[in-house]
Amino acid sequence: MVVTTSWYLTLAAILFSMGAVGLLTRRNPLIMIMCIELMLNAVNLTFVSLGSELGDLGGQLSVFFVLVVAASEVVVGLAVVVAIMRRRQGATVDDLSVLGG
Amino acid sequence: MDAAVFLISAAIVLTGAGGVLVARNPVHAALFLVQTLFGVAVLFVLQDATFLAAVQVIVYAGAVVILFLFVIMLLGVDRAEDLGVEPIVGQRPVAAIVGASLLGMLLTALLVSVDGPTGAHGANTALGDAADNTRLLGEALFTDYVFAVELTAILLTVAVIGAVVLARRVRGPLAPLPVVVVASVADDGEQGDDGPPDVVEATDASDEGEGA
Repeated sequence: MVVTTSWYLTLAAILFSMGAVGLLTRRNPLIMIMCIELMLNAVNLTFVSLGSELGDLGGQLSVFFVLVVAASEVVVGLAVVVAIMRRRQGATVDDLSVLGG
Repeated sequence: MDAAVFLISAAIVLTGAGGVLVARNPVHAALFLVQTLFGVAVLFVLQDATFLAAVQVIVYAGAVVILFLFVIMLLGVDRAEDLGVEPIVGQRPVAAIVGASLLGMLLTALLVSVDGPTGAHGANTALGDAADNTRLLGEALFTDYVFAVELTAILLTVAVIGAVVLARRVRGPLAPLPVVVVASVADDGEQGDDGPPDVVEATDASDEGEGA
């Protein structure tokens, strides 16, 4: 059996959907950020697969920048979670509707 | 051989993702996340993206997940979450439907259009083999994409400064966030009332700890 690009793209699609479902169902903000990481990884897998399909380094270069953006997103997101949890222990995202209209 | 490696790592990736979805304890979810990230790194190696595989392990598994674990331990939120209750009625069926339709759309878009491009190879930067991967990436990053690399440096600096500002210790007792009464989370509202004294105590204790 030869592993074609379609296999990778299918796996990435499944991973992305699982991340999306997790983001919609979980209430713990930390686990929601983890689900966002899952989705970002699925996109990275797609980038690398299509890059090697087309023989272009651009896919891997994009993944490099996605990694940097993901790292800064996690840093800021976790800082926000820490700031919220200090004020209110055990908060879930359902409790955080302060900004809601 | 490739197919065997792919199938095993795909199983690792998907079980890890499933673990993140259903783990009750955030620490377990973080460990399942590590499993998924390692599986993706193996898939990168399988596609000759050796540099990205190394970066995946170092940055994601080594830095991002450790950051998650630090926050979990720091906040003491490592108690299990009760997944039995559904806070918003009908949330999970709707999420399952959204996820399934998202999967269908993604598969259609990705698999139908793979052969949609002309099939001509990219004209920007040639993809070398695994041995040349790191050199080619470095050359491309520091010639054609050097401005973008500088911008990521600025982004990382801003993110670090923002994190320090957001998470710094505020002087004096902390005002609790206003408790918004939502009908479906009435039991959480009681928890919130007990919460603020605990928070202040914890803050004082850690202050003394730092002083000593």
